[in-house]
Amino acid sequence: MQLLIEQLLNGLQLSLTLFLLAAGLTLVFGIMGVINLAHGSLYMLGAYAGALAAARFGSFWLALPAALLAAGLIGAAMELLVVRRLYARDHLSQVLATFGLILFFNGTIAWGVGLAPLQMDTPDLLSGFVQIAPGLPYPTYRLAVMAVGGAVALGLWYVIARTKLGMLIRAGSDKREMVSALGVDIAGLFTLVFGLGALLAGLAGVMVGPIRSVQIGMGEQVLITTFVVIVVGGVGSIRGAFVGALLIGMADTLSRAFAPMLLKLWLAGALADGLGAALSSIMIYLVMAVVLVVRPRGLFPAED
Amino acid sequence: MGLNRQTLAGLIVIACLMAVPFAAPLLGGNYVVTLATRVVILAIAASSLDLLLGRGGLVSFGHAAYFGLGGYVVGIAGFHLANDVPIFGWAGSNEALVVWPLAMLVSGFAALIIGALSLRTAGVYFIMITLAFAQMIYFVFVALKYYGGDDGLSLSARNLFAGERVTNPATFYWISLGALGLCLLVQWRLVASRFGMALRGAASSERRMAALGFSVYGYRLAAFVIAGMMAGLAGALWANLNRFVSPDMMGWVRSGQFMVMVIMGGVSSLFGPIIGAAAFLLIEIALSGRTEHWQVIFGPFVLLVALFAPRGIWGLIRAKGEP
Amino acid sequence: MTAALTLTGLTKSFGALRATDNVTLSVEANERHAIIGPNGAGKSTLIGQITGEIRPDAGRIAFFGADITGWSVPKRALAGLGRSFQITQLCADFSALDNVALAVQAQQGHSWRFLRAAQSDASLRAPAMEALARVGLAARAQTRVDALSHGERRQLELAAALAMNPRLLVLDEPMAGMGPQESERMIGILQALRGKVTMLLVEHDMDAVFALADRISVLVNGALLTTGDPAAVRSDPAVRAAYLGGEA
Repeated sequence: MQLLIEQLLNGLQLSLTLFLLAAGLTLVFGIMGVINLAHGSLYMLGAYAGALAAARFGSFWLALPAALLAAGLIGAAMELLVVRRLYARDHLSQVLATFGLILFFNGTIAWGVGLAPLQMDTPDLLSGFVQIAPGLPYPTYRLAVMAVGGAVALGLWYVIARTKLGMLIRAGSDKREMVSALGVDIAGLFTLVFGLGALLAGLAGVMVGPIRSVQIGMGEQVLITTFVVIVVGGVGSIRGAFVGALLIGMADTLSRAFAPMLLKLWLAGALADGLGAALSSIMIYLVMAVVLVVRPRGLFPAED
Repeated sequence: MGLNRQTLAGLIVIACLMAVPFAAPLLGGNYVVTLATRVVILAIAASSLDLLLGRGGLVSFGHAAYFGLGGYVVGIAGFHLANDVPIFGWAGSNEALVVWPLAMLVSGFAALIIGALSLRTAGVYFIMITLAFAQMIYFVFVALKYYGGDDGLSLSARNLFAGERVTNPATFYWISLGALGLCLLVQWRLVASRFGMALRGAASSERRMAALGFSVYGYRLAAFVIAGMMAGLAGALWANLNRFVSPDMMGWVRSGQFMVMVIMGGVSSLFGPIIGAAAFLLIEIALSGRTEHWQVIFGPFVLLVALFAPRGIWGLIRAKGEP
Repeated sequence: MTAALTLTGLTKSFGALRATDNVTLSVEANERHAIIGPNGAGKSTLIGQITGEIRPDAGRIAFFGADITGWSVPKRALAGLGRSFQITQLCADFSALDNVALAVQAQQGHSWRFLRAAQSDASLRAPAMEALARVGLAARAQTRVDALSHGERRQLELAAALAMNPRLLVLDEPMAGMGPQESERMIGILQALRGKVTMLLVEHDMDAVFALADRISVLVNGALLTTGDPAAVRSDPAVRAAYLGGEA
């Protein structure tokens, strides 16, 4: 029972991290029609900026703004220099161009920082445990990550549902001309949204820093999982991104924790461990396959 | 006018490929033959991807999965034979004429399943889903500790070809070149056939094709399976060339590289992917010889190709308005 | 004799907007039937439902007696429902001939031939050339679509639809974007089809409609206002009100 609660919380924490990434990616696609593979790089760059700043200044509280600033600025620069030229292009060019960006960012980190993973310390303030149930301590930092993720989700919902910026975002890529006719600076809006998405990716990256190690390749791994989230939720939909993130975050965490254990009920130990490891590493893709069979456009397809 | 530029360029490519074993002693011997073999094998994979990217208009971002599966069929069949452990009652095999077709079947079957699911969607969904399923297969092989997991599998020797050992690099080159020739021949006929017309028409305007009475799903799925089988053959050859297979063969970076080769060489062309594979390897060698962090240069190069030269090298050869 | 096309109570809403409002009408075999209406009357939505690209919320579509309401676009096409698009939908990197040959190929149903070259296949080319000749494009057969003029592309749209040997030809604004001369030419081509093919025509060009149609249906705000012969529709005060009264 305690293990289940703990794993549910871990799942929730992964879900909220995935949501931060999926939200930005799905917005960029929904509004600008661009598939951005380098979104994972922004996550990595946020983590690296955070880890480097933490190592230099010795404080998580300086690392956090450093990561946000780095990811946001690099994101905005990316939009201005590259992504802007891709709006009118086909998906193939977009995939290729942003693939080139990934190689560039990975190469730059390898060159400038090195291949060895970086570690980031948990901030002192959040380093303890909270007794969330009798006999069940849970790391404070992870709870804080969840709180931030939840707050961002609420904030995003507010922005999109209630503000003028949200209205413009909801107007979507199809009604671009209409929005433009209303005298809105579309180019500026795009840079803003892209920068916002980058900021969220950087936030996710720096928050994950103290939990996992910071290394090259972390971006792509999480990017592909984020794709699964978006496919499950429905491209272009924030609500879809949220539900997809929950589903995938939980499926991944719970299957990793329990699949070998459950298989041991029927199979011999070693075999159950092997099969369980394989099964849990592909669980999210199986979930995606099922969703595809039932609802090819995801659970919450954006209106077209 | 006689020869047009494309035919001429194609003949030059063929002549260069045929000349490699003869010119090799002048150029650096086996190193050059092995390098050319790599080009040829990657060209098979890239050209099979072009059937989807170019002709079919289907941006598949998981093509390395079929390449890797083909490689693992060779690896696993050899592993069971060498260790004298049967697999599903089969002793395993070391004979190319058995293992390579099997590799094509396995890759084709995976492509059938993945294609059947992925082709229910289109556009950006399709890109993400093909990538995700390829990643799934990648993780399966990482988790399969029995076959080496992350570390991969080494082959004790290359496959026998019709019972003969293939130790001479030039012989293996000719075998690979024969496979490439066969794949190109099939592609050439395929593209011009009724099936090819339906596939290309669907890439050009799906709406029109539906209004004419075409259900494009079936044609696309068939193309997906054919491309998967060819990639599987390439993977089987690659495993033989390196005498090693690992999950990296099917990683997303590989898929991306195949895409780079196709586009750099030129989409929707018979010879473009060969030129692309050659250009890719030469650039890799040239850059990695200079710096360990060659991707810092190669990444922006890929970006520039995507932005400014989306028709690739073949696009320069192809005259305007030519098919 | 069964009608070529019968719509019964066809209804489609987008949100609060009733794009098609309980439309019932029929197109008789060999008739040339035009649908007119002010902008936003729901003509495109109606065409979409007839060809199968849009699913109606309610109502039923019968094609020569068969209920095709749930059929896919390709299935309707193979049953003999040919169409042209308002905004040209051609394979831009194909030659004019290949575009039409695709239509022939679809009708022949032999697209699972992998190895024989389609472009030298006489059983595809002959009917395709014939269709091109019918619309006066024979001389442009080998020209790529992206090198054709706008008017020629419209003609090619028609040729592709004709090559399907359709039992019903749905033409979505065949004159759209054409100059007077090109329109004249297209009207001539369509005139020559009289009695050979049943036609449902959506068109803005009133001269064309009155020159071509045996009967005209008027659509306003998604609903059918009236159906009648050209003279009756022309003199109908309700039609005049709809066009001039600015209620649309």
